[in-house]
Amino acid sequence: MSRTRLVATFSDADAVCDAVRRLRARGVRVDDVYSPYPVHGLDRAMGLRRSRLPLVTFLGGAFGAVGALAMQFYMAVFDWPLNVGGKPPNSTLAFVPITFELTVLSAGLLTAGAFLLRSRLMPGAQAATFAGRATEDAFVLVLRCGRDSTCDEGEATRLLFESGVRRIEEIRA
Amino acid sequence: MLDTQWESVARVGGDHSRPARDTWVEGSPALNEISDDIARPLSARPSAGWYGCLAASTTALAVGVGCVTYQIATGIGTWGLNKTVGWAFDITNFVFWIGIGHAGTLISAILLLLRQRWRMSINRSAEAMTIFAVMCAALFPLIHMGRPWMAFWVVPYPNWRGPLWVNFRSPLLWDVFAINTYLTISLVFWYLGMIPDFATLRDRAAAGIKKRIYSLLSLGWDGSQRTWSRYETTCVLLAGLATPLVISVHSIVSMDFATSILPGWHATIFPPYFVAGAVYSGFGMVLLLLIITRRVMGLERYITVQHLDRMAKVTLLTGSLVAFSYSSEFLSAWYGGHADERFVFVNRATGPYAWAFWTMVLCNVCVPQLLWLRRIRSSPAALLPISILINVGMWFERFVIIVTSLHRSYLPSSWVMYYPTSIEIGTLIGSFGLFFTCFLLFIRLLPMIATWEIKGLVGAHGAESPQESHV
Repeated sequence: MSRTRLVATFSDADAVCDAVRRLRARGVRVDDVYSPYPVHGLDRAMGLRRSRLPLVTFLGGAFGAVGALAMQFYMAVFDWPLNVGGKPPNSTLAFVPITFELTVLSAGLLTAGAFLLRSRLMPGAQAATFAGRATEDAFVLVLRCGRDSTCDEGEATRLLFESGVRRIEEIRA
Repeated sequence: MLDTQWESVARVGGDHSRPARDTWVEGSPALNEISDDIARPLSARPSAGWYGCLAASTTALAVGVGCVTYQIATGIGTWGLNKTVGWAFDITNFVFWIGIGHAGTLISAILLLLRQRWRMSINRSAEAMTIFAVMCAALFPLIHMGRPWMAFWVVPYPNWRGPLWVNFRSPLLWDVFAINTYLTISLVFWYLGMIPDFATLRDRAAAGIKKRIYSLLSLGWDGSQRTWSRYETTCVLLAGLATPLVISVHSIVSMDFATSILPGWHATIFPPYFVAGAVYSGFGMVLLLLIITRRVMGLERYITVQHLDRMAKVTLLTGSLVAFSYSSEFLSAWYGGHADERFVFVNRATGPYAWAFWTMVLCNVCVPQLLWLRRIRSSPAALLPISILINVGMWFERFVIIVTSLHRSYLPSSWVMYYPTSIEIGTLIGSFGLFFTCFLLFIRLLPMIATWEIKGLVGAHGAESPQESHV
């Protein structure tokens, strides 16, 4: 199976959005777009699904809240009840601040961790080589072409030219 | 290989008329020009001004290191505390520094949720300021322990002393959790924000040690739209978490006082009052740092006079909230009819520490009124002394609340005065040294403006004009 990647470089965010819309209208799957900043409207044009990270945040928060309350109840009510100022051992209101802090801590750390893991960002990870100047000022659109893909090379090239591509490279892998 | 000239291709998309660009950046720099400008301080030789500032701040830091070493070796009897005033300078500095941090989180989290574009040039340095301020703050309780090597005792871990657990009903323990959470979440938010910029620096750097460091820090970031999409979701989620967090931190700090039964401390207004004061002092510090930094680092194009104007407006708002809280405290002391409460507040304004009280009123109530004038708000030269006075005022606020409430106790025979020793003053100087040394190294070693956010601001069409968004 021969696989070809078409790497199209744009110098304008609008042009790359336009190209993505045209390609997808013809049923061509866009592999990815590399850009120096998040281009608004591009995720919708690419048909990206909504991230499920908010679920991680919720679960992380729930874990933090339950864990913090359980910890405080175990330590201050069951394991070593200590009379502080005549307050009952189960002084739940006093446990609220620490529960809140640990909820935020757990939700925040797990969200950030899930983001890094899902995006495969970690020390030593290699950036996509064809991203080129995408961290500086270029907008790079990548298509996978081949016998088994939705992308016909001639057709895709024509559509890219219509959207105002600056440069197209072909990478065989 | 197909190659074509940008100009030779007719764009079918039709006429893309560009609305006037957002004026939060002066001129219309090209995208690569933006990274040039922001990366310049990282590679160029620092100016004499930077070296001068660094020399001054490391000297202050050395004074602090000396004083802290001495007081830990000798014991905290080297402080001016006595049996009536058991809390004074150390806790004042702690509350002062924690408060400074709050502006950074406000700018990076709350203004992100409110979609305020003017935060973009200043959020990175404000977040850095938060982290350094929280570090300075955390030092003081550590020193106060007297035996800082026992600091881990505040953590509830299984131990051989019972296991004897920490007291979860104590606001001082709430502080431990609040400050550690605040520091951790701020660090995570700050670092996540810098990952795309590290990737830009990595791709600009020639092969060598710098490139290797930036590669490691950028975690393999390549600007994939799929990653960007998740990245933005993550930023909003973290901002949503940091917003209640920042309010909780200073509320909990205020409870160190408010949960006691001491007249002058035992007040329900304390949490919102402290939060307003924290944001107020924090914006004072952001103004001070950025007015100097934009000049020294040549970043006037990105940190514009309009940014200063916006920050001055927030300062005016929060300063007014602080002034309102002062008057509310006095009103409830009078209206509440509690003799001891009334005495504390009369003593605050007319007693032996009246000079500190009136310094606080002058700096926090009178001086910010100048910010009603547009001419003052848009003049860095006028804002600089105002921002310093704000910080002086807010330091005195904490001193006044703590010391004047304590030094006249219920028993007149134990009425005393508190004076700081040179060791305590040296420690305060040292904390300023630590703070400014960290900040100076930050502007030299890390991108102090969020490059990718500025690029998005300049690159996006139809960006809002500053007239449309109000604080």
